[in-house]
Amino acid sequence: MLRLALATMCLAAPAWAQIDVTVHYLTVERELPPTLSNLDPRPERLGLDGAAVAIEDNATTGRFLGQTYALTDSTVPLGEDPAEAARAALGETLFLVIDAPAEVLTAIADLPEAQGAILFNATEGANDLRDAECRANLLHTIPSTAMRTDALAQFLVRKRWDDLPVIAGTHPDDLAYLAALERSLTKFGLEIGTRKDWVFDADMRRNAAQEVPLFTQDLGDYDALLVADELGDFGRYILYNTWEPRPVAGSEGLTAVTWARVVEQWGAVQLQNRFEEAAGREMEPEDYGAWAAIRALGEAVTRTSAADPAALRAFLLSDEFELAGFKGRPMTFRAWNGQLRQPIPIVHPRALVANAPLEGFLHQRTELDTLGLDEPESACTAFD
Amino acid sequence: MLRASLLALCAAMPAAADEIWVSNEKDDTISVIDIETLEVVRTIEVGERPRGITFSKDHSVLYLCASDSDSVQVIDPETGEILHDLPSGEDPEQFVLHPDDRHLYIANEDDAITTVVDTETRTVVAQIDVGIEPEGMAVSPDGKIAITTSETTNMAHWIDTETQELFANTLVDSRPRHAEFIKDGTELWVSAEIGGTISVFDVATQQETTKIDFEVQGVHPDRVQPVGFEFTNGDTHAFVALGPSNHVAVVNAETYEVEDYILVGRRVWHMEFNRDRSLLFTTNGVSGDVTVIDVAAREPVKTIKVGRFPWGAAFRPTE
Repeated sequence: MLRLALATMCLAAPAWAQIDVTVHYLTVERELPPTLSNLDPRPERLGLDGAAVAIEDNATTGRFLGQTYALTDSTVPLGEDPAEAARAALGETLFLVIDAPAEVLTAIADLPEAQGAILFNATEGANDLRDAECRANLLHTIPSTAMRTDALAQFLVRKRWDDLPVIAGTHPDDLAYLAALERSLTKFGLEIGTRKDWVFDADMRRNAAQEVPLFTQDLGDYDALLVADELGDFGRYILYNTWEPRPVAGSEGLTAVTWARVVEQWGAVQLQNRFEEAAGREMEPEDYGAWAAIRALGEAVTRTSAADPAALRAFLLSDEFELAGFKGRPMTFRAWNGQLRQPIPIVHPRALVANAPLEGFLHQRTELDTLGLDEPESACTAFD
Repeated sequence: MLRASLLALCAAMPAAADEIWVSNEKDDTISVIDIETLEVVRTIEVGERPRGITFSKDHSVLYLCASDSDSVQVIDPETGEILHDLPSGEDPEQFVLHPDDRHLYIANEDDAITTVVDTETRTVVAQIDVGIEPEGMAVSPDGKIAITTSETTNMAHWIDTETQELFANTLVDSRPRHAEFIKDGTELWVSAEIGGTISVFDVATQQETTKIDFEVQGVHPDRVQPVGFEFTNGDTHAFVALGPSNHVAVVNAETYEVEDYILVGRRVWHMEFNRDRSLLFTTNGVSGDVTVIDVAAREPVKTIKVGRFPWGAAFRPTE
């Protein structure tokens, strides 16, 4: 009798099992040096707002399938131990989305408590994390810096801009970007020309018009001026102040980015609208990285009806997974280093200029693999 | 004498031939194509971001989703005049007219809602919670089932039109865009843009029976993105717009095999037939034109320049 009643109940219930997923968003604060202009302050909930929108997206789908999604978050202030916060978070859930510097990400991934977890790097572009410093439990939804500089290099090739001096800042992030640029230009048959280091300590809002023409006068003739200024310190004062009238690209001017408000094709307007309504500001690359992480997880749960990290990780890295990320092509994970493949918009502040991979850059697997570390290039072995 | 003058009069009448009406998403206009001359004969100014477009059963009025005006506009096709707006919920993108010729089922893209509007009383009859970014809309020929597909939730939502409630939700591949009932309402087709597939459902059980894949020579599979589709007479073949691959596929609806690919304009989106379904008109968003396909020969015969980002198309007989 009981068995019969149970059988009837099962038949009547939806074919889906109840699944409850909690995701924790962990922010590890970084030291941010001062910049010349305060025009673009870092939003307080950068990244976290993207996570919140994705949780809502997942929950709406989950409603029809008996799945619920919850988001918790914590922040590690400067000077405090990220490992402690990570352990606490891992005690709560095995799904973490993390905004932290590279060395903190690997330290968290190496914690005994993190073995068997799925950690998403939502904000850190460091190439090492997709290379020798990769971790099997760490997936990357933010593009590597190499993916962005490869995208820009494709554009430079397309435009036949091959005389390319660079002005570089001195912060480690600027130097990392410069290294990635050099690697990308070499990959696509270009090279960096004259390099000048930005060592001024004057306030450029007052004298950019006087300093920058002189600073760029000895560059002579060239096609485009590259700028490595990942902190957004001096780059904005280079535009329209160069001795020669030339386009500026790199960290400033024409930029290759994860996401920008000017991305409006491929249904992106809907995501932009949802985000702006929820967060009251424009969606930034870090928000997109966090959004993509949680949407990828939600997609895996939806398609597998599973909540166990091992099964979800296997599905995420399989051919069956794909994420519709509003960038024009299905997005999948690279099985050799856990990087989410994705198109890279090339933008200026007012419009999308191109969307990499650009036509004509071919790859035997997918054109998306012309961007970033390809399988033979990556020293990552954790995924073997 | 009288006959001769009548004939002359008829010849002079501008609205003698059937028409295809095309909504231009980024021009806030409709381009009206004369099917005889294959030329744009009228351009009509409408609300902001026009997308979904359909006529009432007797073609006496046109319904148009003016997405950014947050309304469905009712337009007199003779004069091009906007008669009135219907309440539509926010951001109406696509809709379908129920066989009762009275109720519109509208996808509210920004709100995760399907709105049901009574076109006679001009009131909202029901609002149904669906998945994120609802888009594709269909109603079964008997009027009992309405379908909404949601682009980010990746589902077809099955609505009982009597209770206006969901009775089933079925997963499809990524970004479902368009849905159609065929074969007397026994089969439902749903296209998935990013998934690159069409799922075929048995309507009685809501179970997927077949999945159709596409492969265009020289185009990476990522760019083969099925969106709108329409069926030939007797539902024997489907013509499927494949978005940025710039091709339309011809699918045998019995064997589910793709038989042909036809090159059209850039980012082909939706399509509409002429009266006897011998000609097919595709909207090509990026190239801002309409490709006319000879259905029997499966060849493009003409390209017609329309407004910016043509989105939908609707057939209007003029006699």
